[in-house]
Amino acid sequence: MRISLMTTCLVDVMAPDVARSTVRLLERLGHEVVFDKRQTCCGQMHTNTGYYTEAAPVVRSFVDTYEPTLDEVDAIVMPSGSCAGCVRDQHRLVARHEGDTELEERAEAVAAKTYELSELLVDVLKVTDVGAYFPHTVTYHPTCHSMRVLKVGPRPLKLLRAVEGITVVNLPESDTCCGFGGTFSVKNDATSDAMVTDKASNVVASGADFVVAGDASCLMNIGGKLHRTGAQPKPVHLAQILASTQEEPFIPADTILGRAS
Amino acid sequence: MSTVDLGIPTVRPQHASPSSHLRGSRGFPAAARDELGNETQRGNLHHATSSIQAKRAGVVREVRDWQKLRNAGSAVKWQVTDHLPEMLEQLEASVTAAGGVVHWARDAEEAGEIVTALGIERGAEEILKVKSMATQEIALNETLAHAGIRAIESDLAELIVQLADDTPSHILVPAIHRNRAEIREIFLAAMPDLDASITDDPAELAGAARRFLREKFLDMPGSMAVSGANFAVAETGTMVVVESEGNGRMCLTLPKTLVSVVGIEKIVPTFEDLEVFLQLLPRSSTGERMNPYTTLFTGVHEGDGPEEFHLVLLDNGRSAVLEDPDGRSALHCIRCSACLNVCPVYARAGGHAYGSTYPGPIGAILSPQMTGTSGTDDPNSTLPYASSLCGACYDVCPVKINIPEILVHLRAQDVDRRRGERGEFHGQWDIAMKGASTLMSSPKAYDLAVRSAGPLSKVLPGKNIGKVPGMLPLVPGWTDHRDLPKPQQSFRSWWEQREQPAPPEPEPGAGADGSAEDEEGRR
Ligand code: SF4
Repeated sequence: MRISLMTTCLVDVMAPDVARSTVRLLERLGHEVVFDKRQTCCGQMHTNTGYYTEAAPVVRSFVDTYEPTLDEVDAIVMPSGSCAGCVRDQHRLVARHEGDTELEERAEAVAAKTYELSELLVDVLKVTDVGAYFPHTVTYHPTCHSMRVLKVGPRPLKLLRAVEGITVVNLPESDTCCGFGGTFSVKNDATSDAMVTDKASNVVASGADFVVAGDASCLMNIGGKLHRTGAQPKPVHLAQILASTQEEPFIPADTILGRAS
Repeated sequence: MSTVDLGIPTVRPQHASPSSHLRGSRGFPAAARDELGNETQRGNLHHATSSIQAKRAGVVREVRDWQKLRNAGSAVKWQVTDHLPEMLEQLEASVTAAGGVVHWARDAEEAGEIVTALGIERGAEEILKVKSMATQEIALNETLAHAGIRAIESDLAELIVQLADDTPSHILVPAIHRNRAEIREIFLAAMPDLDASITDDPAELAGAARRFLREKFLDMPGSMAVSGANFAVAETGTMVVVESEGNGRMCLTLPKTLVSVVGIEKIVPTFEDLEVFLQLLPRSSTGERMNPYTTLFTGVHEGDGPEEFHLVLLDNGRSAVLEDPDGRSALHCIRCSACLNVCPVYARAGGHAYGSTYPGPIGAILSPQMTGTSGTDDPNSTLPYASSLCGACYDVCPVKINIPEILVHLRAQDVDRRRGERGEFHGQWDIAMKGASTLMSSPKAYDLAVRSAGPLSKVLPGKNIGKVPGMLPLVPGWTDHRDLPKPQQSFRSWWEQREQPAPPEPEPGAGADGSAEDEEGRR
């Protein structure tokens, strides 16, 4: 299949290995990956903060990137539950707020072909064992928008359980939000901090070496807290585990910036 | 914006009166910061909310057609908001026909005046109260106190709050932020006859409250009681009060005069509709299959129950909520409190941080709509932002109120209001969002910016991570609490540098640079 990769703005800059892993994984499975460099962002940050008017040009840019060539690809994949959720649930709301019915229709056509990674693998590519190897203990954080907006359900866990050498352990209070919430983490930083502190303690309590999720933003939040508190577990994206093999194992990059003074 | 015809074309719907308990003195972020420092409260809240949450999940799982019930509950509530004027008139007619007296209160003051006048006319010095959110909202106890009438709460948790001179922090369990040891102290201070040897055993504490209240109940015949109602049936004029302790039933049956203060949105069309709500409410609320006491009463009956029944129908901003088609489903709330118990923000910040009688996710969408918001300085304008939009509230809501969507809608209203006011749209956020929007809708400029983020970060010392150009407003709010990954070589640079499969043969006729404009992006 021909799959167009929308990395998301955050992954492109802050977690590029997640996108590289997505490419490695899909190519290993025999698919062609294309990357359209006109891509920018899905507009989630603007939309969720209430800046619909500012979100509209971003959404339009997204639609302009993918809609004209929609027939040339089989699917668009985003390695992020919340960004895929924004495309599917919110682009039409933004278009409606602007009173732009044409944009609404085009956005819906793009949304219909857009998938989060675990959805693409399980529902479209019909695969759960991707031939990955990851000899570590991991715990899975489901991330709110994967769970409640996209309703990916057990798909990521099915993929993880099929990985050779992996041990998946239970995360206490796994369904509770990590406290990121985009601009919430800044506007309500004290409350957000209380939430991520609890999430990080639960990750530590799980006994896992890695906390895995399908959203780089949540991982940046949880990983940032784990690093700040000197805790051992490291964040890893689902794509990074699924891309990892005996020959090309996942190596956590030590790219965390130290404590701000 | 379309409006609902309220049948009173000359009167514009007005917001709740400022005297209502619907607005705190500070915005949510500052109030929450203080509350978060209260370790005891955080422990109490975590313990209480997680145990009610687990109980709820257990009993909801038992109901095979739970989702159908939710759909039915939601459909009935939409029917009510769509036809509220007619249904209110029908309710008035049926209550009157059953021997009750109906009063209309536009706001908190009017409702307070009506109840106070009824008390004064009957020479009441003390009024017993059934737990009610509406009377909390309108600050009825304070209004009565001004007129020299003492209101006594009969609900155990509400009594604890009242005796401690505290304010409620939860819809169902107003004293959820207190633990047993604290309650013991409160009782010892407020009940002079209490034996100091009492322990913090729940049974002993409940016994002390029972003895305290029994005195009050014994005086009740000949007196007056005030309640709210969970449901008001338009068809029959029946009020429904759902409770656990039985103290409510005492107040509803023993006094001479009963006054119910009920929000206009509490209507259900027919008696049969109760079938849906009496399944949804207890399971969502206390996590019980059925609550112990459900009292239904219709007007007055000679020789049975109160001799007089007064229904005070309260607007206090509800018509204003009804005006907004995208926000009005906040009026569907049946006050089960499931959204509070499941909310990670509520469980940490606690109910007081919301500054309103209605805390938690529902409060965050209801309070600002009821009061209206006057500007950035209005504490209630911070409430729609008091959520990470995790969506847990929407999942549990028995009447399917899409709280996250309404939160975002209210944020957009807040932003658009500022945009509409000259010289207002220049806050730090407004500027950052406008800039990001311009950049993110210009693929070429964006491409350049992303490519420079990685190399640029190499020259920045660690202590400047708050200033790294990136996709997020990296203000200290983030880096005060967490570390941050260092921007690396962007994916797009890597993608271009990696070994590319041989490019396909150019189409015959295409020039050397025949990649054409629309092909430019595809690699
Ligand atoms: S909004 Fe829904 S979940 Fe929250 S209290 Fe109201 S009815 Fe219950």
